[in-house]
Amino acid sequence: MIVLVKQVPDTQNIKGDAMTPEGTVNRAKLPAIFNPEDLNALEEALKLKDKFGGKVTVITMGPPRAADILRESLFKGADDVVLLSDKIFAGADTLATSYALSLAVKKVGDFDIILCGRQAIDGDTAQVGPQTAEKLGVNQVTFVDRVIDLKDKKITVERSIEGGFEEVTSTLPVLLTVTEEANDPRPASAKRVCAYKRAMTPLETQTYDDDYVNGADKNTGFKIKLWGHEDIGAAPEQCGLSGSPTMVKEIESVVLEARDFKNIDKSKVGIESLIKELMTEHIIG
Amino acid sequence: MSTNEVWVYIEQHDGKISDVSLELLGKGSELAKNLKVQTGAVIPGSKVKDLAPLLFSYGADKVYIAEDPSLARYTTLPYAKTMVDLIRQYQPQIVLYGATVTGRDLAPRIASEIKVGLTADCTNLKIGDYTRKEKEYKNILYQIRPAFGGNIIATIVSPEQRPQMATVREGVMKMNNVDKSRKGEVVEFTPTIAKDIIRSEVLKRVQHEKKVNLKGAHIIISGGIGVGSKDNFKLIYDLAHILGAEVGASRAAVDAGYIPKDHQVGQTGTTVRPKLYIAVGISGSIQHMAGMSESNRVIAINSDPEAPIFKLAHYGIVGDLNEVIPRFIEVYKSLKK
Repeated sequence: MIVLVKQVPDTQNIKGDAMTPEGTVNRAKLPAIFNPEDLNALEEALKLKDKFGGKVTVITMGPPRAADILRESLFKGADDVVLLSDKIFAGADTLATSYALSLAVKKVGDFDIILCGRQAIDGDTAQVGPQTAEKLGVNQVTFVDRVIDLKDKKITVERSIEGGFEEVTSTLPVLLTVTEEANDPRPASAKRVCAYKRAMTPLETQTYDDDYVNGADKNTGFKIKLWGHEDIGAAPEQCGLSGSPTMVKEIESVVLEARDFKNIDKSKVGIESLIKELMTEHIIG
Repeated sequence: MSTNEVWVYIEQHDGKISDVSLELLGKGSELAKNLKVQTGAVIPGSKVKDLAPLLFSYGADKVYIAEDPSLARYTTLPYAKTMVDLIRQYQPQIVLYGATVTGRDLAPRIASEIKVGLTADCTNLKIGDYTRKEKEYKNILYQIRPAFGGNIIATIVSPEQRPQMATVREGVMKMNNVDKSRKGEVVEFTPTIAKDIIRSEVLKRVQHEKKVNLKGAHIIISGGIGVGSKDNFKLIYDLAHILGAEVGASRAAVDAGYIPKDHQVGQTGTTVRPKLYIAVGISGSIQHMAGMSESNRVIAINSDPEAPIFKLAHYGIVGDLNEVIPRFIEVYKSLKK
């Protein structure tokens, strides 16, 4: 199983100054978190592993500090993790992102199921999952709330639709996008935190002294894989900004229109005048 | 053959067309008029031919019928293959999809295969020019959407590739008035769907009738986190009952478990434009206000005089809802007598 995850800016507090002139986000200016529904995707993969066995590899694409969410994945139970990071990937829209991710998946090798969150809270597009599936030529089932069954190279899931649900089967391999309804992600295991807290990418090991890094090797010998565009055989013109057909023309902060405003007193008299006005104008009957 | 048309993907389940598809025919025909091209409604399915007159009456000039038994239920690959073949054959300049579960499953798959851009969840679409690096593009689709939690509005363009594609949420665009005398051209297209792309099977589809009708309501009383508890929502229901209104809610109230999600108004809930919107205990997040700012009149009731919702309101009452709402009900009853 392969899980695709993303580190996202906390979108509650974004100001215009965190945007670059090209309209992409300057993520360095925002607090970064594990995209919530990607945690559900990881949990679903770990649950499948608990039940049916197999290996869980987590891949993310992002800046060097996205290694944080890979460590978090290791703490929860991932077997292997890969960071796709390269300046060439910067500014990618969903099409360029899915191109790079699909090549990384191919490099990881054989898989039965790819899982990712339904959507990321920074873009809310829900496009990277289906687009990655298309690039890999595999089937997809989106909005998965529950895995019902897995046998004979066939998976049965429940997915949410408007005001209801669907039960769908798919042959393997398949890409599933998972909703927050699917599960409650497990916490990190204390044992795994000890084992993997010093798991680092080659970029990170440069910033620590040798003793600390060698300590990591003594614990588990585990290093986070770091792949650039050459490692996955990506054509630079299909990556990042140049591989992205969509462009941001302009960004506006939301400005509320001023209105004619009447302050109504909360007294009986105030409310009576309001109701009378609304009745006269036939807004209420 | 490049038709340069504006296309709307018509979503149907068991022969029933989704509202958002008809809304998009409204917007699509407006864009097409601007561009002086025709509006195409594209409808894959198994028995959908009879739906063509309805699509003409909502603004389509042409209806592309793509019938095949394997399209009886929506599954990704056969639908994507059919749409990709249609797009390659007729080369529209714009294709619009509802941002429904189906639209959000299908459109990215198509975009990836034909390598074009796709903008999700647009709240507005316009035609305009665009200049980049001294290159000028005429009559480009401006795909306008909120981003980053609704704090900004971004205008996205995909100037180089055709078609330009976008998904649009239900309830955002207005349907055309139905004109039953409108006629158009039916184009029948025969899908080629190989067995090996039928990899999914829908075993069961369960859909409940919508109990909450926010979109059709003339008056909406919405409660926010300021209502304080599930029990206290009774006050909101009481007021709604007496005014013949529908009950709405902010995302915070839904997340707090005060009321089910189908009542949610806002960017991630339902977009509404009633005659009267009464916001009770709602502070007014951008994402909520984006979903109700086109209401004809807004009354805000909030104990915090600094709440942002007052900026959008026509009438503001600063006070405790436990005091204000019973008084409102009492006064209304006495005036009705």
